[in-house]
Amino acid sequence: MKLIRKMVGHAMTMAPHAAAIGLKFESAEDGRGRMSVPWREDLVADPESGVIASGVVTALLDHCCGMAVNATGKINFPIATLDLRIDYMRPAAPRAGLIAEAHCYKMTRSIAFVRAEAWDVDQSDLVATAQAAFILNRG
Amino acid sequence: MDKSAALAAFLERSPYIKFLGMKAELQGDLLTARLPFRKRLIGNPMIPALHGGVIGAFMEMTALAQLAVAEPSRRMPKTIDVTIEYLRPGKPQDLFARADLRKVGRRIANVHVEAWQDSPETPVAALRGHFLLRQD
Repeated sequence: MKLIRKMVGHAMTMAPHAAAIGLKFESAEDGRGRMSVPWREDLVADPESGVIASGVVTALLDHCCGMAVNATGKINFPIATLDLRIDYMRPAAPRAGLIAEAHCYKMTRSIAFVRAEAWDVDQSDLVATAQAAFILNRG
Repeated sequence: MDKSAALAAFLERSPYIKFLGMKAELQGDLLTARLPFRKRLIGNPMIPALHGGVIGAFMEMTALAQLAVAEPSRRMPKTIDVTIEYLRPGKPQDLFARADLRKVGRRIANVHVEAWQDSPETPVAALRGHFLLRQD
């Protein structure tokens, strides 16, 4: 399990876009994954508010959902996102980074279903939630 | 503010749009957004494919840009929700998108966006979203 965790973490931060926005691997285990993205000036939507762009939230949630599927430990083939639905509850706090947690709660032969949430300070006061489906390309 | 000035202001104002490298052109009222390919937009280096989050973020920004052009006097709308459908892998080349304002009401706008690479007939992804319009 330790090796899987290490491999998943490595693979998920190796993606050039993940590195470009500064995504950090936090944990991956039993179909659950956690990642964070620290606040950065060039990731802000509107310089007046200093709030991180919703596009960064989208990339974080998409990435974290994929990681949760890989964290089931049953994936040794490519997967691809079919759809991703994101609800934005509120903007993140100014100059705040984000944390996301995703859970792959069901996997069939061809599809993985994932839920995720993102917050800035307090996990009970969410910034966004997501629901995603992935196709499993078993080859 | 006229439409092209509204678009220029939208693109110029946001550090995140500059980070992505997003561009856009206007023909009349119709906006075509372009995301020039860069290595930093790659999600999976093995295939290689554009990051799904990048494709989603680009389509969302296209919706907001088209709203900024249609309603130049308003503040930037807030995204309420987006549903992103992935149809094909995004290849390591430029990505284009156009937004269709299905309904712009008093408080809410409903927008559909499609993104493509080789031809609009073979879209890479689609987005449907709701946006909260703000007065003043």
